[in-house]
Amino acid sequence: MIDYEVLKLIWWLLVGVLLLGFAIMDGHDMGVGTLLPFVGKSDDERRVILNSVGPHWEGNQVWFVTAGGAIFAAWPLVYAAAFSGFYFAMLAVLWALFFRPVGFDYRSKVADPRWRNFWDWGIFAGSAVPALVFGVAFGNVIQGVPFHFSEIMMPYYTGSFWALFNPFALLCGVVSLTMLVAHGANYLAIRTEGEIQQRARKASVIFTVLMLAGFAIGGVMVADMPGYVITSVVEPAAAQSPLAKTVIQQNGAWLLNYKAYPLTLALPVLGFVGGLLSLLAIRLKRDGLAFICTAVAELGIIFTAGVSIFPFVLPSSSQPGSSLTVWDCVSSQRTLGIMFWVALIMTPIIIVYTSWAYRVMRGKVTVEHIQANKRSAY
Amino acid sequence: MIEESVVSLSRLQFAATAFYHFLFVPLTLGMSFLLAIMETVYVMTGKEIYRDMTKFWGKLFGINFALGVTTGLTMEFQFGTNWAYYSHYVGDIFGAPLAIEGLLAFFLESTFVGLFFFGWDRLSKVGHLTVTYLVAIGSNLSAVLILIANAWMQNPIGADFNPVTMRMEMLSFWDLIFNPVAQSKFVHTISAGYVTGSAFVLGVSAWYLLKGRDVEFARRSFRIAASFGLASALSVIVLGDESGYHAAETQETKLAAMEAMWETEPAPAGLTLFGIPDEKNRTTHAEIKIPYVMGLIGTRSTDKVIPGIDELEKKIAARIDNGVLAVKALEALRKDPKNTELLARFTAVKADLGYGLLLKKYVADVSLATPEMKARAVDDAIPAVAPLFWSFRAMVGLSLVFLSLFVLSFWFAARNTFMQKKWLLKWAVWGIPLPWIACELGWFVAEYGRQPWTIHGVLPTHLSTSALSAGSLWFSLSGFLAFYTLLLIAELYLMFKYARLGPASLGTGSYHLENAAEAKGA
Repeated sequence: MIDYEVLKLIWWLLVGVLLLGFAIMDGHDMGVGTLLPFVGKSDDERRVILNSVGPHWEGNQVWFVTAGGAIFAAWPLVYAAAFSGFYFAMLAVLWALFFRPVGFDYRSKVADPRWRNFWDWGIFAGSAVPALVFGVAFGNVIQGVPFHFSEIMMPYYTGSFWALFNPFALLCGVVSLTMLVAHGANYLAIRTEGEIQQRARKASVIFTVLMLAGFAIGGVMVADMPGYVITSVVEPAAAQSPLAKTVIQQNGAWLLNYKAYPLTLALPVLGFVGGLLSLLAIRLKRDGLAFICTAVAELGIIFTAGVSIFPFVLPSSSQPGSSLTVWDCVSSQRTLGIMFWVALIMTPIIIVYTSWAYRVMRGKVTVEHIQANKRSAY
Repeated sequence: MIEESVVSLSRLQFAATAFYHFLFVPLTLGMSFLLAIMETVYVMTGKEIYRDMTKFWGKLFGINFALGVTTGLTMEFQFGTNWAYYSHYVGDIFGAPLAIEGLLAFFLESTFVGLFFFGWDRLSKVGHLTVTYLVAIGSNLSAVLILIANAWMQNPIGADFNPVTMRMEMLSFWDLIFNPVAQSKFVHTISAGYVTGSAFVLGVSAWYLLKGRDVEFARRSFRIAASFGLASALSVIVLGDESGYHAAETQETKLAAMEAMWETEPAPAGLTLFGIPDEKNRTTHAEIKIPYVMGLIGTRSTDKVIPGIDELEKKIAARIDNGVLAVKALEALRKDPKNTELLARFTAVKADLGYGLLLKKYVADVSLATPEMKARAVDDAIPAVAPLFWSFRAMVGLSLVFLSLFVLSFWFAARNTFMQKKWLLKWAVWGIPLPWIACELGWFVAEYGRQPWTIHGVLPTHLSTSALSAGSLWFSLSGFLAFYTLLLIAELYLMFKYARLGPASLGTGSYHLENAAEAKGA
């Protein structure tokens, strides 16, 4: 059996990988969904946009579902505390997501323009709201969330819903939304031509610039923000209750990892470099390259957030001792071990057949294609 | 302690969203295989009509699939949002099959469903057929894993309580995967899905035949549905019996309530065919009993006894007394975790910890529980008899109705006279909703019969929720009802629209009203 401490670290990495998979795959079709009503001026154009992700969004959405399932299995306390604590935010995400499967599949099955327009905006909401709320949730996690556990480990959230929308959290929401939209715009530029492609490239530039600005401001704000530090002795290899440790708030604590391990600075740098190179690639009309660049930016940005608060995953602002860390929010050694092997075997297989699916459906989606397949296309 | 209303509302919300989800799941399970069968015939014979069948029924499949996915998202979120303590307490075990479902099954199903719809011109015949099979396999694998998770709630084996982390932890992954309850439940549930898919295709095809339109298309669809449906209906009944056997072994309280077995009968017990259970007087009026049959189903023997409610209550009362000791020992151990004597004391009684927790509904400190409270906890531990008794009988009755429909359909299809049997075709049309009702009743029996537990014998329902306010729950419950009603209206509208359009919706030019001669005739 793999060492418990190593497994805990592996699962921190795996949750990160699943979130990154979500951002790269589901992220690009959420970006496309957000752009849909703006970039598509006519019904045919909108159908081109929808069909650029049509055969794939369903599979991509599973990155999201699987990330949720993996957090349940590997970090049950995080799943319990975060999902129940962010109750209304979760409902907003969920209810917005309802519009995606239904919107994609039902929209073009009725010709009435009011019906189609309704679902187009539904798909917009189903794409933009989750992208925004995930960022807002991350923003709150970084600042610490007012929650605690009772003696029997029942999580209690003591904040209000509206308190979630504080300036830093909103900024994180903007970073996450613009990051996914920029990435989606690059994807759209690959799969379309003519005017839609032009508009997609323009959107890519605008949203990449906003993402870079937001990420930079966020960095400045974090430098000055109270972070959290464990003050008791940690035994990473032991099974433990989160309540067994002591934690204090300390200004600038979220930069300590970068001081201790300067190599981790590569992550925020990747966030910036990825964004800047995407701008350059779009200028050179190298849309595929730009898509890779925004994927790299996503890697940099997501892992920057993770590394900044490491080993915390859900710090508590109201009772810091209830904070969840990578050492004490986890499942048992056996469960982590089994799930590690399942993930290790299945993830490459998933990547292979997903790539094959994209290969089968490769090429530009055009207005002519839509008109020739009026009844079968989205 | 969590308010009683929060527990009730959480249960209501879970029940509503789960029932709703299961309006779409069985059709997905059944139709994915029917599509694979139709396309197999297409690839083997090269007859285009089978390709059109795959595409047209695939369209209806897609309309249903979209809502299956939508409502499935709720299920994935809801354990965390509304059942936070449950998620903490059993996530170590219960989370694993859910995560594996995503990695192994849902990815497969969802990635290939896109190619199923959009890959017709991009893939070879065999390539597309493979994709269709992968969708069917993916959706069925998904059901396996979800039912493994559910079976563990009914029969929680291969796990143990850890006082340090204050939760159940996995002892054996294989016990979890090969839980006998999961196996019979899986085959029973997917067969129910196949029955639903078959009844749907059979009914819609019968409607075309009654209208005298798209006869070739409908005739072929009817035959495939009749054959697949007959095999599935037999399987659903046989495996239902198997589930009964496992219920007798592992969930005695559910079985006793389902069968209104107030008192333990000498083996082998009789099966109550009909009766009116009277909870107050603990008796069943107007009972019609078949001797020996229940004992044979439940124990596969003539000499093993199936305990009645009276005997189960005695056992439960003893376990509750023991459970009080377990709760107290655990509380002491949590304050002094290194104390080996306390650990030994706890370990000796921890199998009954869940029964001690049943008292938490009435009193925070279980050592202060009065005899009245204990009596109420014993009473709680037997699920309400009448709802289970009636639901179970209604489900079985319905299954006999559609079994006869499939037997007759198959019989007349084999003799090729079904198109003249108007009564049979009408029965098929009006019979479309029956499998859905039976599916929902089956889930009701399984889950309501598990009460008062979320994890049978381990974690009571009233301790499983999140610490939310009743107001939050009213809000979310109304939101779900509003969204789900709207979505259901959109779904039914499209389902009816496309079922009425029929294969003409493909635009190939060879179906009802597309063909000039037929249009004139119509």
